[in-house]
Amino acid sequence: MTERTQAEQVNPEPVEPVQPVGGEAQPEETRVTAPRPKETAPAPGTKPSGILPGLVKGLAATARTLTRHAHTAEYPDVMPKLPPRTRGVIALTEENCTSCMLCARECPDWCIYIDSHKEELPPTTPGGRARQRNVLDRFAIDFSLCMYCGICVEVCPFDALWWSPEFEYAELDIRELIHEKDRLGAWMATVPPPAALDPASAEPAELVAASKPPRPVRPAAGEDEAAPARVRPARPAPGEGGPPAARPRREARAATPAATPTDTPTDTATPPTAPIPTDPAPTAVLPAADATPSGDAPADAGPADNPPADKDGGA
Amino acid sequence: MSEGWNVLEVVLRAVAVLAAFLVLPLLVGQTEHKVMAHMQGRLGPMYAGGFHGWAQLVADAVKFIQKEDITPARADRGVFRLAPFVALIPYLVAMAVVPLSPTIVGADVPGSALLVLAATGVGIIGTLMGGWASASKYSMLGAMRAAAQLVSYELPMVLAVASVALAAGTLSMVGIAEAWTPWWLLWQAPGAFVFLVAALAELQRPPFDMPIADSELVFGIFTEYTGLRFAFFLLAEYAGIVLFSLIFSVLWLGGWAGPFEAGLGWLWTILKAYAIAVLMIWLRVSWPRLREDQLQRLAWVWLVPIALLQLAITAVGVVMMR
Repeated sequence: MTERTQAEQVNPEPVEPVQPVGGEAQPEETRVTAPRPKETAPAPGTKPSGILPGLVKGLAATARTLTRHAHTAEYPDVMPKLPPRTRGVIALTEENCTSCMLCARECPDWCIYIDSHKEELPPTTPGGRARQRNVLDRFAIDFSLCMYCGICVEVCPFDALWWSPEFEYAELDIRELIHEKDRLGAWMATVPPPAALDPASAEPAELVAASKPPRPVRPAAGEDEAAPARVRPARPAPGEGGPPAARPRREARAATPAATPTDTPTDTATPPTAPIPTDPAPTAVLPAADATPSGDAPADAGPADNPPADKDGGA
Repeated sequence: MSEGWNVLEVVLRAVAVLAAFLVLPLLVGQTEHKVMAHMQGRLGPMYAGGFHGWAQLVADAVKFIQKEDITPARADRGVFRLAPFVALIPYLVAMAVVPLSPTIVGADVPGSALLVLAATGVGIIGTLMGGWASASKYSMLGAMRAAAQLVSYELPMVLAVASVALAAGTLSMVGIAEAWTPWWLLWQAPGAFVFLVAALAELQRPPFDMPIADSELVFGIFTEYTGLRFAFFLLAEYAGIVLFSLIFSVLWLGGWAGPFEAGLGWLWTILKAYAIAVLMIWLRVSWPRLREDQLQRLAWVWLVPIALLQLAITAVGVVMMR
């Protein structure tokens, strides 16, 4: 056998000198290299030099494997250690779901079923407008159709859907694989906490906003009249704080009608609302919304009141 | 009185040999299960019997017993059904004369080395019978390969045993082991190598398992066998491993030679044989199957000349030392 392998190695060598005959400088080089391959035949590593090393290598490989731990996953006895982002089953936080249907529509195999109805909420203040909200009746995922692409989890804007690494929910009847919302909700307990942020990353926007010092209490309206000139130059300076800077502008404008003719004609509507809220939070929007229908005079001035009206519609 | 005593002794000895014949192959089989598994990064049987699947082969035996005993329609019925026993019994006979220590031996016969070789040579008849009677071309091809293999490897094996017999000046295995000295490890090394390779080939174990090459011959002579008869063939293979390991340990490794050999001699023999059995398993796991022509080439070009050379070395050694 050794003779044969050597013969095989020798055979291709005579072929090589034949090929470069066309070249002019080549033959000399091949002459030089021709004897060399015999010694360095094992160097390329493609063929073992003889029968013995290969056999010994095989013995060594098995002996080495014998001394190491087996790769076998003893699954039913030992649970596998799955990475936290394993796509095992989809869990549902029912409270977060607004029945927006984004997940159901994005699902490539249409395995999410959502039924909902609208409920009328009575106005929170007397004379207020009744509001509507979606109530989730049914949320089901058919895991016999699901292909675990995770698009629904990605697309959910309200963090209602989560991946859980649990995978032991095989059924004897394929119809049992439709998980209704109670079963989907039960998976929430198995959802691992999100991974820690990278230490070098920027602080989350929520934390930054929460840790901001409260805004200084604004001076009373009477004093404010005297100080529009002070407020205005301050506006471009903050730069990044767009929304907070925008608010005082409106009040300043209300105080001094002649300030900017280019501005939208909010002036007519704002005087009644301006003194009430000193805060940009959504709570400030609601009273304003309640206030506008009650003071029916601005109904005509509706176009002037556009920005608040849009917010109401959106909410 | 003494005659009745003799009969009882013969029965006891026979039962002891039979027990060893049935237990030791299972031990080797289980070792193969686990060693092979771990050499391949697996765990092997883990459930049967509770502790690391120690009872896997017992469970296998129960399964084999429950299986239907099928004889192919066109098979030569009598020969087909007889073949497993013809393959198995010679190993039992040979086992009876292999000594574990000078006193622990089923039957201490003067020419036991010769008897062992003769008995193991009969096993091939069972293989041939099974291959012929199965009325299957795969079985037939397997049997032909087995016959060719056995014919080739019987010669170097006999020559290797002849070498140690020559060195010891006796054909009795007890006598050969008694004459053994550590010096033999070097002196008889070529013969030991030849015997080990020839034993592997005789057992048709990888890398010499062309007769049952599953990628070419389905399962060779075993193709048509099911149930208990198939189990007997398997048992014959593992009994063969035990037997050849024991022979090797007695003839080339000194058998019971070792510390406390007066009391623990039998243990030494068994431990040495077990090491050889593990070596056979190791070779099986590590090496691929040879081609039929490579097999023949190995036997005639390498093993026979080496065995003859060993014989010459032994002869020179015997003459020099006298």
